[in-house]
Formats: sequence, C-alpha cells, structure tokens
Amino acid sequence: MQAQKSAKRDAKKGREKLQRIVAMLTAIEAHQVDPFTLNVDEILQVVREYFPEWKKTEDLTLDAETIHHLASVIKQQSEWVKSRSNSLYTDPFLLEEKINQTGKERMLAIFLHAWRPIVELEQISIRSLIEAMRYWQTLVPLSERWKELAPGEVATGVVSRDELVKQRILGDKIFSEELEQFWQELKTAVEQKGENGKMRYWDFIGADTYERTVERAFFTSFLITYGYATLEIHPLEELMFIKAFDKPQTKARIEQVVSVPIAVTCDDWQKWKRGEME
Amino acid sequence: MSRRKGVYAAKVKRATHMLFFKRHMKPGVKGWELHKSLGADYPKVLDVLDDYLKNLDLQVKIVFEEGEKLHGEKPTVDELDKARFYATLRGDLTPKEAKMIGWRVDDLAGLAVTVSYIISKRGQASRKDVEDLLAEKIPGWKVGLNLDRYVRYGYLTEDENGLVYLDWRTRAEVDQKALIDTLLSVEKQSQLSTETKEQDGEEESADEAREELNES
Repeated sequence: MQAQKSAKRDAKKGREKLQRIVAMLTAIEAHQVDPFTLNVDEILQVVREYFPEWKKTEDLTLDAETIHHLASVIKQQSEWVKSRSNSLYTDPFLLEEKINQTGKERMLAIFLHAWRPIVELEQISIRSLIEAMRYWQTLVPLSERWKELAPGEVATGVVSRDELVKQRILGDKIFSEELEQFWQELKTAVEQKGENGKMRYWDFIGADTYERTVERAFFTSFLITYGYATLEIHPLEELMFIKAFDKPQTKARIEQVVSVPIAVTCDDWQKWKRGEME
Repeated sequence: MSRRKGVYAAKVKRATHMLFFKRHMKPGVKGWELHKSLGADYPKVLDVLDDYLKNLDLQVKIVFEEGEKLHGEKPTVDELDKARFYATLRGDLTPKEAKMIGWRVDDLAGLAVTVSYIISKRGQASRKDVEDLLAEKIPGWKVGLNLDRYVRYGYLTEDENGLVYLDWRTRAEVDQKALIDTLLSVEKQSQLSTETKEQDGEEESADEAREELNES
C-alpha cells in the first residue's frame, strides 16, 4: 500500500517535471529563450528516470511530446551553429563600421573584386530578320483586322442582378461564400484523393462538362491568388499539383509573386476524360 | 571528329546561345530549360562550356534557389533543374572598365555600400537608412535616383513597408562572401592612402556631375 502511494507520488512529480520541460522547450522553439541555455543531458536523464513509471496513455504521450520538442530544439541549436559558422556570418556592427570608414574609391575597388556582371546580349540575327519579314508579309493590315472586330451598335440599358444570374454571368451566391465553399471542397478532395497533401491540378478542376471544368479552373485561380491554395509545378515532367492551405496565406514581398498561365482547352479536357493526362 | 564529340560541340553551341542571348525578361536560363533542350547530361555540357569560357575570362554561373552551396557540396539533379544559369565575367573589372560598361564611379560605389549594408543587416534594411548612409557621400538629389536604378536593374527589391532586400541580380553577380571578406580585411593604412586618392577622385566626380546635369 505504502509502495503504491509512493509510486503514485513519483508519477505525479515526474508528470509535473515533464510538463515544465515541455513549457521551456516550447518557449525556446518560439525563440523566447536562447536554445543554448538548455542542458540536454539533464533533460534526457529526467525522461529516462520517469519512463518506467508511465503506464497510462496520456503519460506516455507526454513522454513522447517531451522527446519531440527536445529533438526540435536540438535541431534549432544545430541551425544556430550552422548559421554562425557560415562564412557569411559577421558581426553586423563591425561590418557597418567598416562601411562607414571605407572611402568611396576603396569601396569601389572592393566591389569590383566581388562583382561578376552578367553577359547579356540582345541582338538581331539574319534568321530572325527573315522570319520577321515573313511574318510582316502575312500580317493583315490593321484596317482590315479592325473591320472584322468592329462591334455592332448596341443600345445601352440596365440589367438586374437576377438577369445576370439567369444569363450565368453571375452566380447565385456571394462570390466570397462560393470561394470559401470551393476551398473546403479542395481540402476534402486532397484528403481523399491526394497524396502528401497535394493532388493533380486536372484531377481537381476536371468535371463532367467542359463548361463546368472551366468554371472550376476559374475558381481555383482565385483560391491560389488569395492564398487559399498553391501550385507545385514540375516543368520537366509537365506535372502540376495543387495544395490547399489550412489557413489563407499572405506572403511578404520577399518572395516574388509570379503569374502562371494555365490553358484549360477543350482538347486537354477530353484528354483528361480519357485518362490521358497521367 | 568522333560522333560523340560532334554531338557535344553542337550542344555547347546551343547552350552558348541560350546563356548569352536574353530569352525572357531576365537574363539567364533555368536548369530545366537546359535539361529539356540539351538532355540529361546538360551539367556536363556546361562544364565543357565553362572550361572553354575560361580563356575569355567568362564563366557559367549557377544560382541555386535555396542560396549558395557550401564548398564541395554536390547539387542534386532537382536542385540543378530549379537553379538559374548565367554567363558572367570570371575575373575582376578595373574601375576604368566599369565606367566603360555604363557605370559611374559614384553609382557603383553607392551600389557597393548598399549591398554591403543590406548584408550587414542580414538581408533587409529600411530604405530610409540606406538613403541616409548614401547621402553622406553622394549628393542628396542623386541618392533616390540611384536606389531606384538599383531596384530597376534587379540588384534590390523594395516592399510596401519601405524595406529593401537583395534581389536576383545581386545573387547572380555579386560574390557576397568575397565582398564581406575583402571589406573586413580593409586596413586603416590602405584607407589613408585611398583618402588622398579620393580627394583627386572628387574632382573627377564633380566633372561627372556637371556632365550629368548638362545631359539632363
């Protein structure tokens, strides 16, 4: 009886210790505390000491959680060491001081020692000139082209929202709601049909009719633009995947935003239907 | 010439065309484009080209998506496919040559200070701080123009919060490690000698400024 009580007391004490360790590790992970204030050996000793006491699932989970956080902090320590040992790491104050002290001419000489300008040529060749001439010869004059495109006169008027919905120019739901619903659909589709949190772009946008496919591609483009999802493109293999984010992302401008034109042609849709997009 | 050599010669030619002539808005070619055009052995083709370019004081430069590779670290095929390849100068330019390719001494020194300062601030700095720093040695009216020019050329990028970062051209053209190492090894002695040169240079800068004003 006495032994049972003492074991219970030990387990409680161990639990508290592990919880404190997890809290400290979490603070380190959140960059609130220097990762090197941690004594890894001591923590491992505590974990080892109490491990035989754990019988319940929640205790074993706490033990696993501690090890997981510890591994993550050790990774952080190694990254810190890597960054400091990196040849580019220098004391910013020292560097700033040097910049201020160094004269203009000397600075130029230093820069020229490290500057390797890109060779870039923009030059016309005989071949491209000939091609351009051929193009010019076959080009229909503007006056003729504009004639074809000239629109007929249309009387102006007022169209109600209902009429636009009827003509399928507008949907019957508010756009943001529709987008939100589409995002949920993407998340479910990725969960069910995807692998590693992503699925083939065409498998997501593809629908029974071509019109519906285009509509889905249209909504998908907004999902990507507004940060609900992203594309992963493998240009060499000509593969395109779509990934859904758990929360909408707003990327800082450190990363350059790029537009990806994707053609959703009827031929592609038919290929996808026949299963030839693999 | 053996058939194999002939194939390589043709591939080297094609690689030269792709690297030297601008195909997109930015110069250089993506690894996957070279892969598609030259085949899976394109790194070998580029090695041959690089060897050939040595005599011309040029080189094939690879800029990886994830930043510089550590010395001796071999890139994977995937990393190479995602990297961007450029033809760049191999050796150093003299100040006179730099002037000949369209850079004024002041502008280039300003770029050097800007790039070094941003590196010292771990990759980002406020535009205002950079402007203040440049204004110490470059006329105020020129500072903003110069920064805009660095942004336009792709050496810097700026965000809506007024922060400036190093952009693609700096990553492709500037050996950041060499720049920082050389800057840190600057001795006081050499500075003293350059200070006197600088006084001579100031006359030249004044001439340049006059020239620029006349042009505008």
